[in-house]
Amino acid sequence: MNTHEDSIDNGVNVEALLGARAALTQAPQAAAFVWRASSEWVRGTHTRSKVEKFFGLGEEQSRGKSFDFDTDHPEIFASEDNGATPVEFVLVALAGCIGAGIATVAQNRGIQLNSVKAVLEAPMDLQGILGIDGDVRNGFDHITVRYEIDADATEAEIAAIVAQSQKRSAVFDIVTNPTDVNVEVRKV
Amino acid sequence: MDARMSARATGSVDVVVIGAGQSGLAMSHFLSKRAIEHVVFERGDVANSWRTERWDSLRMLTPNWQMSLPGHAYSGSNPDSFMTMPEVTEFISAYARATNAPIASGTEVTSVSPIDGGYLVVTPDYRWIARAVVLASGAFNVPRIPAASSALPDDIHQLSAHDYSGPETLPDGGVLVVGGSATGVQLADEIYASGRPVTLAVGEHVRMPRTYRGHDIQYWMHVTGLLDERYDAVDDIVRARNVASPQLIGSDDARTLDLNSLTREGVRVNGRLASVRGRNVMFSGSLRNVCKLADLKLGRLLDAIDEWIDTNGAAEAGHPSRRYEPTRVGDTHRLAVDLHRDDIRTVVWATGFRPDYSWLDVPVVDRKGNLVHDGGVVSAPGLYVLGLPFMRRRKSSFLHGAEDDARELSEHLTAYLDGCAQPAYFRLAI
Repeated sequence: MNTHEDSIDNGVNVEALLGARAALTQAPQAAAFVWRASSEWVRGTHTRSKVEKFFGLGEEQSRGKSFDFDTDHPEIFASEDNGATPVEFVLVALAGCIGAGIATVAQNRGIQLNSVKAVLEAPMDLQGILGIDGDVRNGFDHITVRYEIDADATEAEIAAIVAQSQKRSAVFDIVTNPTDVNVEVRKV
Repeated sequence: MDARMSARATGSVDVVVIGAGQSGLAMSHFLSKRAIEHVVFERGDVANSWRTERWDSLRMLTPNWQMSLPGHAYSGSNPDSFMTMPEVTEFISAYARATNAPIASGTEVTSVSPIDGGYLVVTPDYRWIARAVVLASGAFNVPRIPAASSALPDDIHQLSAHDYSGPETLPDGGVLVVGGSATGVQLADEIYASGRPVTLAVGEHVRMPRTYRGHDIQYWMHVTGLLDERYDAVDDIVRARNVASPQLIGSDDARTLDLNSLTREGVRVNGRLASVRGRNVMFSGSLRNVCKLADLKLGRLLDAIDEWIDTNGAAEAGHPSRRYEPTRVGDTHRLAVDLHRDDIRTVVWATGFRPDYSWLDVPVVDRKGNLVHDGGVVSAPGLYVLGLPFMRRRKSSFLHGAEDDARELSEHLTAYLDGCAQPAYFRLAI
């Protein structure tokens, strides 16, 4: 790495990530991760979900703490608005994933970020989820992400960082490509 | 002696070269210059893949002036034109005749296995003991077909770019072409021109104008040194070796073929094929991003060319720097298509190729099926490979790229033979 790259700091430990990449190339089985969340219905449209442990590098991983997330619906749906709607969590996840990628790619390319702000918008026709019109899908019509980035780089370099971040983003992949979903139910 | 060896007549030779295409013949040329005894086995005729595994209308992506093999340059009167496959076949065949290469044609190598001090090379009629083996059997032997192909309904006609010869051989009705490399865009273009509606599924791709600032893009790739860029000088060689071929076509009018020109014609461009569930095909929502990636990469290439022109004072009047319209991704691309409702009868897989090493009984292939090598020096002593993408240089898989790689690897091979004590049975084997 040259001096210029040494002096920039987006708070991402690129050496550790590159080391992990090299290690996982040699031991692909350690790259098999499993992400988990648990949830419990509270009342009405309110559900509380918890994220704690995950599996990776060949063993159970514990953070030593957990994160709670309340999902609900706003009052115009006659709900109590105890949390963001689940679809808003999808936008949150997308922003978080691309954002992490932007910081990482910028660090790897020796580019200092000063500020990275995004506004996400996703139109949705409620005729889908309400079962009014079978031709309307339940989910988003599309998603628009608008980034405003202040960085020590050219416009093309910044655009390339954002494009590369999408290319390597798990959530971007999850929302742009189909995923097989298996929901099992057991009566208790 | 191994009992297996008595089954067929056995011979010995210093070097076996497998494949009489540009790579094998270039290697043969350098081995002959060094007076190294060798034989070139060719399963068919010289330039077999060019002769038998390309579609009818295909022309070279590189202009004629760039066509060269060691000591054998293009000498025709159309330096800026692009050879058809019969012309390439003749170019390579003429080279084989001129160099008097020791070719055994119609001789398929069915196995190569390590033995003490060398390799046992099996052909239908003979067993050969060779001290070194050069794999020059091509990088594009087997089509890579996504697993999704098996989920298509039986009434959909499927074929790979290997099996495609021309649009007239396809059923009437719509065609889905999968893949945005040179192959994918060329097939989409030609099939659409035959009157069949075409949908093109595009993932990551490389966009290039045919000409820029008064010259073919290959001229700029050459003079700026990009084609000579070495494998050990790039950041991520694994990635560089997996980049799709650029969206180029060789034509008399030197036209540019890209997603914008295809869209303008009427081809529907969708994202990467994401999944197949019977007649329902889904396409990725990543189309905008892969187009953006390609536009940005094109911008960087043109920046590098402009910079070279400025540095070298090579600007020509009437050919100013320019930038191209970004790839147009409107709101018309679709995420899902019902093949039956859209009357799509054919799916053409233009999803790339891989080399075939099924006959190579040497543990030099990794879990992904790639040969383990360092710039063509394979991880088993005395084993070499030629012609793979970005093997030693960006141009390694180009016809004109064979020369530099073959020269260097022939030097390595010579040193290997010189430093290697010859086991007694090499002299006793016949």
